[in-house]
Amino acid sequence: MYKIVKKRELNPTVTLMEVEAPFIARKAEPGQFIILRVDEEGERIPLTIADFDRDKGTVTIIFQIVGGTTERLNHLPEGGFIHDFVGPLGEPSHTEGLKKVAVVGGGVGCAIAYPVAKKLHAQGAEVHSVVGFRSRALVILEEEFKGVSDLFKMMTDDGSYGEKGLVTDALKALIQAGNSYDEVIAIGPVVMMKFVSLLTKQYGIKTVVSMNPIMIDGTGMCGCCRLTVAGQTKFACVDGPDFDGHEVDYDEILKRASTYKEFEGKEREKACNLFKKADGLQNG
Amino acid sequence: MANMSLKKNPMPAQAPDERNKNFYEVTFGYTAETAMDEARRCLHCKTKPCMGGCPVHIRIPDFIAKVAEGDFEGAYRIIQESSSLPAVCGRVCPQETQCEQKCVRGVKGEPVAIGRLERFVADWHNANSCDLPVKAEPNGHKVAVVGSGPAGLTCAGDLAKRGYAVTVFEALHLAGGVLVYGIPEFRLPKAIVQKEVDNLVALGVKIETNMVIGRVLSVDELMQEYGFEAVFIGSGAGLPRFMNIPGENLKSVYSANEFLTRVNLMKAYKEDSRTPVLRAKRVCVVGGGNVAMDAARCAKRLGAEEVYIVYRRSRAELPARAEEVEHAEEEGIVFKFLTNPVAILEGENGMAAGMTCVEMELGEPDASGRRRPVVKEGSEFTIGCDAVIMALGTSPNPLIKNTTEGLQTQKWGGIVADEAGQTSREGVFAGGDAVTGAATVILAMGAGKSAAEAIDRYIRGKEENK
Repeated sequence: MYKIVKKRELNPTVTLMEVEAPFIARKAEPGQFIILRVDEEGERIPLTIADFDRDKGTVTIIFQIVGGTTERLNHLPEGGFIHDFVGPLGEPSHTEGLKKVAVVGGGVGCAIAYPVAKKLHAQGAEVHSVVGFRSRALVILEEEFKGVSDLFKMMTDDGSYGEKGLVTDALKALIQAGNSYDEVIAIGPVVMMKFVSLLTKQYGIKTVVSMNPIMIDGTGMCGCCRLTVAGQTKFACVDGPDFDGHEVDYDEILKRASTYKEFEGKEREKACNLFKKADGLQNG
Repeated sequence: MANMSLKKNPMPAQAPDERNKNFYEVTFGYTAETAMDEARRCLHCKTKPCMGGCPVHIRIPDFIAKVAEGDFEGAYRIIQESSSLPAVCGRVCPQETQCEQKCVRGVKGEPVAIGRLERFVADWHNANSCDLPVKAEPNGHKVAVVGSGPAGLTCAGDLAKRGYAVTVFEALHLAGGVLVYGIPEFRLPKAIVQKEVDNLVALGVKIETNMVIGRVLSVDELMQEYGFEAVFIGSGAGLPRFMNIPGENLKSVYSANEFLTRVNLMKAYKEDSRTPVLRAKRVCVVGGGNVAMDAARCAKRLGAEEVYIVYRRSRAELPARAEEVEHAEEEGIVFKFLTNPVAILEGENGMAAGMTCVEMELGEPDASGRRRPVVKEGSEFTIGCDAVIMALGTSPNPLIKNTTEGLQTQKWGGIVADEAGQTSREGVFAGGDAVTGAATVILAMGAGKSAAEAIDRYIRGKEENK
């Protein structure tokens, strides 16, 4: 059992949890992920490590409430316990030798992009962060990003905050303004990563994307997280989650990610009803 | 008086038409009377050929003699000397190529049903005996075991019985390895595996789940920082193999590992499971091993109307256990021999719609001694299906190899270890699928057992040289 030492709502659908996991905290690096089970009957889901504190022995996760498991996870209180928490899994992001980098984060993907930006900043690289959200209400980690960025661009789809437009618009402007990046690191919805990669390919800028496919064991056993990179089958859990953005077959990933969509919707509804009923009993 | 019947006592089983709709165990096991009757078929030959066929050298005629006498607990004690997991092995060992193949009674008629007797004895013990395993006097030495599958559990049990303080590190949330994620409930009930794990815990073995060695701790850290004097690596089979044919990453294409993990470990066969699994109507399983049989039979139980096993060689080359093939056929699984897939066709929504195959012919024997299948020209045809399960074996998990300096591996990734399990690193031993590639439960157990002996020799040797 793994104790939740801190819980914070970042926006109505995104929650941060700091979890006591000293073994994982000792080894965790940006880009790696954990797998958790909320309770004894729970499914295994992967979540990328958003931060870690080696001294305190904690690992921070940030998740969007999208299905039954994240709904249940969000219902656990500060001081409560997560049944299983295993990691750090996957290969850390490679940041060695990078001097000037554009970090592009989209939505809850910013939670994964942030520790990478932080590490790059700590090693003295010039970091340009471009973050995008649907609207102002969904913005997360703004101050954190500003603290580790030499240049910061906020984009919203509806223009309710920062500039109106997509992250690709801002990135394109930065490139056209003469910024030459050693690498672009893009983390967010698959579609966003696809279009960032299409853009950077035109300019010949190396681009790394972080994949978050469906997983079960996460340790290189089941093969559920496979994807096609440069025509070859790769496993996100042991070969990734970072891959060359110009070589990934995004359309295949989008299809595979939708395999259990219907089931996930029903599971979330089931979880919601359960909590409503429990709340009703308490209040009634 | 010996029982001279040429046939084994049959083992009662659920009717095929009933059992292919549920996940309860297929066979019921012998009653005490049947077991004693079967035990009397043993001729107690002087040379004991059956023991030579057993990878862990159970004193087979001796335990059978106890069964014939009705001393079932006595029989259990004899098996237990050599095997840590008798209830498991009685169910999943390929007896027909091991002990029973060597049985003299098999020359004329059927061999003694050694596997069924082993299962009976273990089940009788689990149901009737309240003797708790006796903890050995601690010898003050610590050993780490990586992986809690058959190799790891056996190694841990044998070391604990010798007084070692053993900690088993398991990557998943539950101990048992392939016994819990791979082999289905209807062939090996999970309560039986849990009982075996509980027995080890009663012997003093510590089990740490959610610990991925190679990530959270390295083998070197276990030895240098945590004081383990030796490490046994039984990390098992690794990543599933695919064929690299078009359509293999469609939504309804599973590796057998994924499909079985969803169904077994995550219990997706239960209506209220929170882990989903696709319930397809027509399923093609590619491969001919036990894993392929398990996947096909699970698919049938999940409601598939048609399930095909597509295998590129012929019936004679099927690597699966004879009983599993027989059970699969009884349950309505259709075998497509000498058939090899070349593409999976895409239907609606990114799901599979069919599999294009070619017919094969058997040519000259290959390196494995089996006749090599070659494509029959112009034989292409399509099997309609909405899901495909690839059961083509695995290649070893790279995590430990990549994080343990000086640990030699084969070109294909398997850890190099000698018969006793000694690797290229002092104090580091390995066995099971991590060394051999995908094999059987009993071979992994045999490796775990040899390694436990080697670790004991190694640590005592160091002690004496102090």
